[in-house]
Amino acid sequence: MALSESLFGQKFGITELDLHNYLSEALSAGGDYADLYFEYLATSNISIDESIVKSAVQGVSLGVGVRVISGERTGYAYSDDLSSERVRKAARTAALIARGPAKIDKTGFEESRRRNLYPVLTAPTETSLLHRVELVKRADIAGRAYDPRVFQVQAGYADSLRHVLVATSDGALSFDRQPMARLSVAVLAQEHGAPQRGSSGGGGRVSLDFFLHEKTPEYFAREAARQAIVQLDAVAAPAGEMTVVLGPGWPGILLHEAVGHGLEADFNRKGVSAFSGRIGQQVASPLCTVIDDGTIRNRRGSLNVDDEGVPTQQNLLIEKGILRGYLSDKLSSRLLHNPTTGNGRRESYRHIPMPRMTNTFMLAGESDPADIIRSVPRGLYCATFGGGQVDITSGNFVFSASESYLIEDGKLTRPVKGATLIGNGPEALKYVSMVGNDLKLDEGVGICGKEGQSVPVGVGIPTIKVDKMTVGGTAA
Amino acid sequence: MLHIAEQAVRLALAQGATGAECTISEGDEFEATVRMRELETLKEAGSRAAGLRVLIGRQVGSSYTSDLTRDGIAYLVKSALEIAKISTEDPFAGLPEPSSLGSIPGDLALYCDDVAKLETQYKIDQATAAEQHALSADTRITNSEGGSFSSYIGARYFANSHGFAGSYRSTSCSLSVVAVAQNNGSMERDYWYTLARGSAGLETPAAVGLKAAERTLRRLGARKVATQKAPVIFEPRVARSLLGSIFEAIDGESIYRKSSFLAGKLGEKVASENVTVVDDGTLPGLFGTSPFDDEGVPSRRTVVIDRGVLNSYLLNTYTARKLGLESTGNASRGITGNASVGPGNFFLEKGTLPPADIIRSVHRGLYVTELIGSGVNIVTGDYSRGAVGLWIENGELAYPVSEITIAANLTEMLFDIETIGNDLHFLGSTASPTILIREMTISGQ
Repeated sequence: MALSESLFGQKFGITELDLHNYLSEALSAGGDYADLYFEYLATSNISIDESIVKSAVQGVSLGVGVRVISGERTGYAYSDDLSSERVRKAARTAALIARGPAKIDKTGFEESRRRNLYPVLTAPTETSLLHRVELVKRADIAGRAYDPRVFQVQAGYADSLRHVLVATSDGALSFDRQPMARLSVAVLAQEHGAPQRGSSGGGGRVSLDFFLHEKTPEYFAREAARQAIVQLDAVAAPAGEMTVVLGPGWPGILLHEAVGHGLEADFNRKGVSAFSGRIGQQVASPLCTVIDDGTIRNRRGSLNVDDEGVPTQQNLLIEKGILRGYLSDKLSSRLLHNPTTGNGRRESYRHIPMPRMTNTFMLAGESDPADIIRSVPRGLYCATFGGGQVDITSGNFVFSASESYLIEDGKLTRPVKGATLIGNGPEALKYVSMVGNDLKLDEGVGICGKEGQSVPVGVGIPTIKVDKMTVGGTAA
Repeated sequence: MLHIAEQAVRLALAQGATGAECTISEGDEFEATVRMRELETLKEAGSRAAGLRVLIGRQVGSSYTSDLTRDGIAYLVKSALEIAKISTEDPFAGLPEPSSLGSIPGDLALYCDDVAKLETQYKIDQATAAEQHALSADTRITNSEGGSFSSYIGARYFANSHGFAGSYRSTSCSLSVVAVAQNNGSMERDYWYTLARGSAGLETPAAVGLKAAERTLRRLGARKVATQKAPVIFEPRVARSLLGSIFEAIDGESIYRKSSFLAGKLGEKVASENVTVVDDGTLPGLFGTSPFDDEGVPSRRTVVIDRGVLNSYLLNTYTARKLGLESTGNASRGITGNASVGPGNFFLEKGTLPPADIIRSVHRGLYVTELIGSGVNIVTGDYSRGAVGLWIENGELAYPVSEITIAANLTEMLFDIETIGNDLHFLGSTASPTILIREMTISGQ
């Protein structure tokens, strides 16, 4: 695609000469590198509560971020007005960081390799609102029909279509059109005691057909209702160290918290991660191979090019327990003299890119999931999680189980209440003693927060057995 | 800007809306980060956006845009009306009654002139000095994630079709340091920050840097403790998150949906007698203060829990109508959509004991300095979070602990608040003094 055919060329009349001029302005006070990130974002959001579509929102935002890098320094400015005067002003502001002679490597632009990991002809955002409002209505009906003990259903549908243009002083030019959609359902059920909740959801960089044929509103609503009903019989969660079995899919958040963040190159460049300087060392059991892959078709964490215009790729983080690599953006790869890995991401044009995960998962092993559970005399099986968090410096991380069961004599017995699990990143995966053959990626709801910036991510894991982990329940 | 908001409302009415409200926000942000004594990032920019909410009878639609030109506003109105047509009739939907609209008179001290005048070099120097104080505090402070100075100058404009039109400006400044310490193979980080409406209200760079260093150093060599039940002290920074959970539980939305463990308990005893929780959006200079809420209802003071008895929920117009009550002036929204409920200045009233005396009163227990994770279930009150802190032996802070969790149920925790400190300070809109909870389950080894 030529610039003239892109949204930024057609709608806003931006030319290659403009891009060149803005980058020159950005490097006018010196600096090693500059880039421009143009973003046009349209979003919509529809929610249902008490079977009433109480409101819906749609809107657009646009802007451009200008970044100048000079050694380890970054200057950043943005504008929500794409007029030449305002973009130049932002470029001059970003330029304040730099001193010394500028290095412009190239004068012309070369467009990045083209591919499309999300070939969605009509993005959900471009379809009729009436079709989209049906999704939340169907979820509401299905949630209520699941069981008479269900008394509240809230469903939310959100989609977005983001157009980006990245132009860099080293001559790279890339365009991307990034669709995204997500449906989520929360259910409350009550029998004799207190109400209990369940939640579910999914989506990705998909067309509306995904919700009509692959994962329907009924599928997510029933799953949310099932979880709420299970919780009605939950007993207090145990407290203390024990064997924990994680089910496949979303429990992969373990990897995101325990190792993923700690392997982001910015923390390692600064030497503040518990994983700093540990490349080549054993940080997990030999059964564990962990990958971050931004190239999986239609996935929530996937991108054709990252937010610095670098094509995403598959990155090996841990190979049979040995730490192999970090996730890098341009600044860190420049300073560490490592290749970029396509992990430079940002929330919007108002934000400075930094190394982030895409889709992070563990490769399947050889064990039958049923054998894994059978091997545990006493422990906890976690099927679903809420969120997690990590302190990358000490390596301590938590993640909160929302659906789990006691394992007694190799069988799942009683459901237990939600509890937080805690461990230490470089240690926790050393206790992985069995890995299932059932790798599953999550349904597509993950949002990762770092330094105030949220980006969509994916996780995945097969069933795994962790011989020792601390469970934060109340039953001694 | 206010005339653009009024114009959007008029245009919506002209095109078929029966009611409309428009919010415009604009702001300039600045941030300088200095790491290992070198300037690392400098960010400076401004942006603005408009949000519109329209009613067609009892059907509601909302839209937003960053384009405030005439064409942009026309598209904003068209989008909101289009989307109202697909929503469902909601008998409780509507704007506040005209009689409930208004604005607190007088200067609420939300804007400091000095913020706009601060030189970039001054801000960089403050960040540099704060980090330097942390780095030079102790040889074990070997690294840092930097010192930062940030400032914000913003304004908010609001107009609705009942004729309300109001605006206010605000500023903020903050200075923070994240220090990293290393010793005998243990590496820890912690931080400190100060936040005020103007630079004069900030703690000094020395105070911020030294506090960050001290907090980081005391975490070195942390160990796990055995799983047990014990008293737990929440220092103010973490007690604040507990107040956040109480807020979620008395938010009118959780109440009408019955998704809170406090739903239906108005007038009942829900906490120990020494607990009084107040929401006050009128306190000058604080970060939860505003002349009117995000629907144009004046901010006010509400006693939420009065000596242990649940006295009031916090409500916007919609949740008040659902519950047959009056709005408490707690409508909150980013820029668009239906208003949710947000806190003013939401705090636990202080007690009389200094924090040191509270620590001395505990024979064996945990002093929590950081909580991680989101393990709070407002529906059931179940509470389980990762914790970092110091172990108390014989009334003294004995050694650091980490990789443990603390768990209980909020219903019991509120009754188990035994002692409340005299150290109430606001660092944001939610605040709490030191709290001693009689007993929680600590999960460790």
